[in-house]
Amino acid sequence: MRRSPRDTEESSRKISRRALLLGGAQVAIVAGLTARMRQLQIVDSKQYRLLSDKNRINIRLLPPARGLIYDRNGILIAGNEQNYSAVILREDAGNVRDTLDKLSELIPLSQEDIHRTIRDVKRHSPFVPITVSDRLTWDQLSRVAVNGPALPGISPEVGLSRYYPLDEDLAHVVGYVGPVSEADLKDNPSPDPLLQIPKFQIGKLGVEAKLEEQLRGTAGLERVEVNSVGRVMRKIGEEPGRPGENIQLTIDAKLQDFLMARLVGQSAAVVVMDVEKGDILASVSAPSFNPNLFVRGISIKDYAAYRDNNHHPLINKAVQGVYPPGSTFKIVTGLAALNSGQLKLTDKVFCPGYLKVGKRIFHCWKHGGHGWLDIEGAITQSCDVFFYTAAQRCGIDPIAHMAKRMGLGEAPELPMSAIASGLTPDKKWKKKYRHQDWLIGDTINAAIGQGYVLTSPLQLAIMTARLASGKAVVPRLVKSVDSVEVPVVPADALNLPQPFLDGVRKGVWGVVNSIHGTANYARIADTSMLMAGKTGTAQVRNITAADRAAGLAKPDQIPWNERDHALFVAYAPFDKPKVAVGVVVEHGGPDHSAAPLGRDALLFAMTGGVPPLSAYPARYRKEIGAEFNALKLRNIEPQPPARSRA
Amino acid sequence: MSYLEYTVKTVPTGLRKVLYINWALVVLLIAVASAGFLMLYSVAGGSLQPWAEPQMLRFVAGLIVMFIFAFVPTWFWRNISGVAYLIALALLVLVDVAGSVGMGAQRWINLGFMRLQPSELGKIALVMLLASYYDWLDVKKVSRPFWVLVPLVLTLVPMALVMKQPDLGTAILMMLGAGVVMFVAGVSPWYFAGIGVLGSGLITAVMMSRGTHWQLLKDYQYKRIDIFLDPGSDPLGAGYHIMQAKIALGSGGWAGRGFLQGTQSRLNFLPEKHTDFIFTTLGEEFGFLGTTSLLILYALIVLFCLHSALNNKDRFSSLLTIGVAATFFFYFAVNMAMVMGLAPVVGVPLPLVSYGGSAMLVLMGAFGLVQSAHIHRPRGR
Repeated sequence: MRRSPRDTEESSRKISRRALLLGGAQVAIVAGLTARMRQLQIVDSKQYRLLSDKNRINIRLLPPARGLIYDRNGILIAGNEQNYSAVILREDAGNVRDTLDKLSELIPLSQEDIHRTIRDVKRHSPFVPITVSDRLTWDQLSRVAVNGPALPGISPEVGLSRYYPLDEDLAHVVGYVGPVSEADLKDNPSPDPLLQIPKFQIGKLGVEAKLEEQLRGTAGLERVEVNSVGRVMRKIGEEPGRPGENIQLTIDAKLQDFLMARLVGQSAAVVVMDVEKGDILASVSAPSFNPNLFVRGISIKDYAAYRDNNHHPLINKAVQGVYPPGSTFKIVTGLAALNSGQLKLTDKVFCPGYLKVGKRIFHCWKHGGHGWLDIEGAITQSCDVFFYTAAQRCGIDPIAHMAKRMGLGEAPELPMSAIASGLTPDKKWKKKYRHQDWLIGDTINAAIGQGYVLTSPLQLAIMTARLASGKAVVPRLVKSVDSVEVPVVPADALNLPQPFLDGVRKGVWGVVNSIHGTANYARIADTSMLMAGKTGTAQVRNITAADRAAGLAKPDQIPWNERDHALFVAYAPFDKPKVAVGVVVEHGGPDHSAAPLGRDALLFAMTGGVPPLSAYPARYRKEIGAEFNALKLRNIEPQPPARSRA
Repeated sequence: MSYLEYTVKTVPTGLRKVLYINWALVVLLIAVASAGFLMLYSVAGGSLQPWAEPQMLRFVAGLIVMFIFAFVPTWFWRNISGVAYLIALALLVLVDVAGSVGMGAQRWINLGFMRLQPSELGKIALVMLLASYYDWLDVKKVSRPFWVLVPLVLTLVPMALVMKQPDLGTAILMMLGAGVVMFVAGVSPWYFAGIGVLGSGLITAVMMSRGTHWQLLKDYQYKRIDIFLDPGSDPLGAGYHIMQAKIALGSGGWAGRGFLQGTQSRLNFLPEKHTDFIFTTLGEEFGFLGTTSLLILYALIVLFCLHSALNNKDRFSSLLTIGVAATFFFYFAVNMAMVMGLAPVVGVPLPLVSYGGSAMLVLMGAFGLVQSAHIHRPRGR
């Protein structure tokens, strides 16, 4: 096709015009780009230079070593051990699944591990290392290291992990640690940056949780030059962190272990306490659980075994379990009646075996009755009628008040989890929570520690310590922090007239040492360590009139979980009290299970080891000796308190 | 216009063509490519591998291609423009069916020795076809609706294929390149106004379709738009690229941190530091002086092309030259705007500098066409 020259001319002119327009537009764009360059590189340059330096230098957290936990004699309760793990970095791994499959040929990996890892990898940025498997053996670790080139993104790591050398013994007191959960972060608006470290372990229960701040320490900082994926190119500087504080507990690990061994197969709690300083020497809840399982992440099967055990190993019965104190509460009722002035030390009450109040009949545990008794005899023989009468005279409110003074009805402040406050009912309480008026029957039930009254074994120990020392002893669990002793706050006086205290003390002396006493079988023969105590029985099931008519069943005919709880409180030595104990044996029935436990606990605490048989009455020595020989005690010795300040 | 129209007297033949090559343009191209080698050497941490050396080899190959193309008479290029366009379309379809997937998008055909990116070829083939279309079309008909519709369809078909890959950046470059050829060819400005209105309508539709079942763009494309609008919103996630690029550029300051001294790129803070974001390394190491120098080199290349086009009385030649120059212009303008946070990150390389085979070869081929038009321009009175 041919075109006229005019056409071509015209088109040329048009092209020129338009091309110039285009050129103009392009010049404008170039000018715009230049202006932008000027803005970025000259005007705002300083600010970007700053950002660039910040980019280059990254601050890495160095997790501090967690503080160690010792017992009062320097026995390690919670330590840190090296653990070997394999971690994966997504940005290096490429195909995570393939890499994990390859890894599983070298080290045992469950499907669960693989799924969890893949899930975690997806949740985090590609440069956050995710633990595939921890607690590798040295062998497995080397295998991973040697095969490094074939496993992109997998690297072996050495870290510190918590472990509890005494396994079950102190699980309820010390608790355990576990990885930070979302819930932990949610409660905390500005959490410690350490908590952001994947798998960082923090206290979840017990002392580990309550003293988390002290135990954790502060993170060290490492300034490193990194590239954008966080890979360290060069170390620039380091600020060491501060390891967590080492905590020494008031617990005597050997006593604790002895009691755990004594309680194999039972569902029971024992709290042993220093009557002057308030030191908790032992706080046992049997059965217990192995905290090491929780640190590793407990398997569903293990957890189910704990959960479904009818002895409830996961519950800390010593501080969390509340029980009707039964006759041990007569200490409180007696002191309340004396202190109210409605009962004199010399007053005697006749016990015919029952007390008729209005139309209701309240029975004494002894069918035939005790006859005439003063308060001392009434405590010794645990006469119900005497205390029905005493409570009737003074009313409930002085009893509730006295219970509070003795440390009941409120949660003691200790760094342990789920400490129960128990219950010391009075008129106001019943009105407020039950919307009912207080009845005389309630007072009579409360007088012997039944009805609404609830106490924990820890509170029973406190009550006993206060009776023994005459002071408002406050329990404590931490003896020293980083080898600096925590000062003992001198306890206030109870402000009870000495004769009243002495009267009740004589009563509890008799319980163990009088031939009429309800725990005479558990007496201590060594006169330098004589024990005073009080037994109690907490009804699990109401005894109906029909039951009574049918005659009370023999204990061994009652199903285990319907048997009464056996309680015992005691202190020793009688003339110069040092230690007090509170014991609850769940469904122990009246088969003399609680008092010997209390006795052995006190003897162990006083002698500092397995009690010598010479401390026991001659007729029981052979039997007790055999029993002690059968105990499986740990061989634990205090280590020099080597402080890991790594 | 046919071969016979060239007057043998005035159009150089044989080896004499060498003398008529636009040597200034060649020098400029070498200068720009050399800046690229320097940057690739730097981002590799002061090493010729893995990028600088292959890039040099490719550039040499590109120069050879350019010279070969330059020696071929322009009429040949005009006559095969339709074929080139059809081949490009076929390859675009093929890449859709059998292409390799890279960076989440299907863009390449693996030829064994290199990965061919048909969209690159498409851009140039489209410019060629439109230039020959307007060369063939009677000037009076240029603005008639039907004759506007034809190039529009010719543009939209490859554009749609490229967008489907998905490669929004190249699709936009195609549209801009084709638009420039049509504009310079004399299509009435009203059409462009109309397209502008339609375009903004389309943008509205695109944004409104987000999250619905007829969503027009991929999620990542929406995300990039979001981040373009507010890069600070996600500095460690997707806004990362832009933030880091700006930090690199800005920290360069007036004269830069010095060759091989850029911490941003050397420490790997920059994404795709050897391809789309290579400009940031230049900015970091050579500062404002470096970036403006490169910009001036680029502008000179475009200028020389425009100059050549304006002095060329052959309609196809000037349209082709302007089209190639415009495509080249939009290449670097969009890339720079993108890394400087003025445009969304759409994945456009910095021409002749970014590491990449097909873009380099195709561009050098295109400059071969420009040279061909320059050498074979009609002379005489």
